Amino acid sequence: MPADDKTETMLSPYRALDLTDEKGLLCGKILGDMGADVIKLEKPGGDAARSIGPYYHDEPHPEKSLFWFSLNTSKRGITLDIETADGREIFKKLVKTADFVIESFPPGYLDKLGLDYTSLNKIKPGIILVSITPFGQTGPYRDYKTSDIVAWALSGEMSGWGDIDRPPVRISHHSQSYLNAAADGAIGALVALNQRWSTGKGQQIDVSIQEALSIMDGDNRNPAWSRNPGTVRKRGEPAMAGAGHRTTRLFACKDGYVSWSHGGVSVLAPSLPLIKWMQAEGMSNEFLDNFDWSRPDFGAISQEEMDNIEGATAKFFMTKTKAELLEGAIKRDVMLYPVATTADMFDDVQLKARGFWVEVEHPELGVTITYPGAFGLCSETPPKISRRAPLIGEHNREIYEGELGITKEKLAVLKEAGVI
Amino acid sequence: MTGKRLFEGIRTVEVTGHVTGPVTTQLLADCGAEAIQIETGSRRGLMGGGAGFGRPQVQRKNTSGKLSVSINFISPKGLELARRVIASADVFVENMAGGVLTRRGLGYEDIRKIKPDIIYLATCMQGQTGPHGKHAASGHKLSALAGFNHITGWPDREPGWVGTYTDFVAPRYNILAILGALEYRRRTGKGQFLDMSQYEPGLQFMAPAILDYTVNRRVANREGNRCSYAAPHNAYRCQGEDRWCAIAVFTDEEWRSFCKAFGKPEMANDTRFATLLARKENEEELDRAVNEWTGSRTAEEVMSVMQAAGVAAGVVETVQDQVEKDPQLKARQFFWELESPEPNKYVNSPPPYYRLAIRVRQGPQLGDGNNYVFKDILGMSDDEIAGLVKEGVIA
Repeated sequence: MPADDKTETMLSPYRALDLTDEKGLLCGKILGDMGADVIKLEKPGGDAARSIGPYYHDEPHPEKSLFWFSLNTSKRGITLDIETADGREIFKKLVKTADFVIESFPPGYLDKLGLDYTSLNKIKPGIILVSITPFGQTGPYRDYKTSDIVAWALSGEMSGWGDIDRPPVRISHHSQSYLNAAADGAIGALVALNQRWSTGKGQQIDVSIQEALSIMDGDNRNPAWSRNPGTVRKRGEPAMAGAGHRTTRLFACKDGYVSWSHGGVSVLAPSLPLIKWMQAEGMSNEFLDNFDWSRPDFGAISQEEMDNIEGATAKFFMTKTKAELLEGAIKRDVMLYPVATTADMFDDVQLKARGFWVEVEHPELGVTITYPGAFGLCSETPPKISRRAPLIGEHNREIYEGELGITKEKLAVLKEAGVI
Repeated sequence: MTGKRLFEGIRTVEVTGHVTGPVTTQLLADCGAEAIQIETGSRRGLMGGGAGFGRPQVQRKNTSGKLSVSINFISPKGLELARRVIASADVFVENMAGGVLTRRGLGYEDIRKIKPDIIYLATCMQGQTGPHGKHAASGHKLSALAGFNHITGWPDREPGWVGTYTDFVAPRYNILAILGALEYRRRTGKGQFLDMSQYEPGLQFMAPAILDYTVNRRVANREGNRCSYAAPHNAYRCQGEDRWCAIAVFTDEEWRSFCKAFGKPEMANDTRFATLLARKENEEELDRAVNEWTGSRTAEEVMSVMQAAGVAAGVVETVQDQVEKDPQLKARQFFWELESPEPNKYVNSPPPYYRLAIRVRQGPQLGDGNNYVFKDILGMSDDEIAGLVKEGVIA
């Protein structure tokens, strides 16, 4: 699908210069999908993130990285080496046209190049600089290195992931940590944009990847500790606070696993719809049939009672596939979902009905590729993928020649000098 | 900073419970928006999520700085009152199981009649439309549906646990939608309806793995702590009980620095480990060697020795480490203590991604905003209010 015309979107009037590496790519994608004119700046030869797999048909090539494709939608692309004097001069010309500059260089790097926030603001008053770094611009860890596993380690979350007899684990494959931080960068950008309309001033958004993760608390470890200092939840401990029993949280089923737990707030009686389903299929037992599912002390029932409940549940799940359990959960208002694989989600009827999957043209490969689409359905200005990720230097002519008026001859010289 | 707060002049109203909804409006409230929660006494126990059950009304997560109004909107008068409160807002957020509010007469079309430019955000697991629309579940389950459990943990074991991971991904996108809608409204005067599932935002973070399936038909599986192009890359056991430090070495330079810090610079040229491919082939042996070294050191020591050598390393922190020990979070003033009517102070964290003066107050007590909202914002008289209290409309 070709790049969209200028129909109004949430961020139509705005331009972002995206200098990020792997740590910040999602930020520009979000702003671009929301309609901003995002220009990805890469060093000549292409960004290192193009080496990250998986690859199109497993062909490792800087123009075939599916990782790169997925996180650079809706961006145009130019090459520029801002460490050269010519590069910096061109960059400053571009800054004059921009509202946002997004970067993920080590703290101090832009300062050394004379491209820190204060300098950028002189060039373009009101500029909003989004800086995404491992630990932020300040503090004793300012110059420390990170990677996904290190970021999750220092977030507090990873201490709760995994089995107690093995190391704590991270979520596998591409870096989840960077995505969370980059999304926060986009939020910061739009918060600053909102403020700029009342104050006339821009600002620097200082995103720390450690902090972006540390606000996440998927196991209520913070409140648990707050109420009972010394209560450090360990991984593999599926207990509710103060409960008289452990609950299972993932159950095996016929062709995989489902996420279901009998633990929960008793006043909701979340187990009841599932029990009713089991009864309808003759898979309940006397204990379950006589149990009071709305009893207020549900959390205090004994392990023996919970084992009884879970045993019957486990047997029931083993007679059904993920798809059957999902269908039944929807039909019967059971708060259960399958542990889905990427194959499962592709077959999901809800996503299809919502128009979630979009076909994106890749003329350079001679194919269209199915992408995950919009992050939400917004009635007036829906976010959407407007174009595929850029090729290396794909828009050099369009922007350098077309916009900045640099002649073809000069561009050739700049290319030879390694500036673009 | 100018001293003007980011969202002064913006009012949000919400009917929410459990994490995703409240987290969404918490950001706006923390930055100066006036945030009002419509609650009724009977539903209060579910607000804000959090540990425990059957507990008394206590400090709730993501409610600091918000006002609470107590309305029983089942009754016609309550409905009318709720509509008036919502119509006083710039942004309305709800995360009830899809359709509930529309059935009650508080849907987008209802509110739009009284406030045409309302920005109305409805968030639930799978969205408002479609065969699975309006289905209720929890963040644990949605994280599974969105694929995160399957790709976490050990290949020889069942899927891993990631808590309510998507409960923290979805609000980021909710906030983005709201911010984008506010910007669009600023330019055009138009509001809109934001139908935000949690599933679709969750999947944004699965995109690279999804493309691997749509293009290559490869199903991403869990790989423990492995990274195909790095070694050493794991969490290593350190001195003490259940203490670990993550270490990640990607480049040749980092490998040489690692070996120096390890105290065995010659290991860099050991044929078993000299190249990345060799290290990947002998990764188990390598991990054993590293564990032997880390096993006699504290996690903090491992981290600082490695970082000093230019190698990415980090203590696997517990909440206690974060609150009491982490020097970076201390220096950044990440944690704030909230005052609470309860004896235990509640440790929360404000949105950390921009440096602002953030007001942090205790969460509201039920109905503490009643006077301000009903009298000052809606202009009701004392008699009117008293009458509605008597009728049970104001809970």
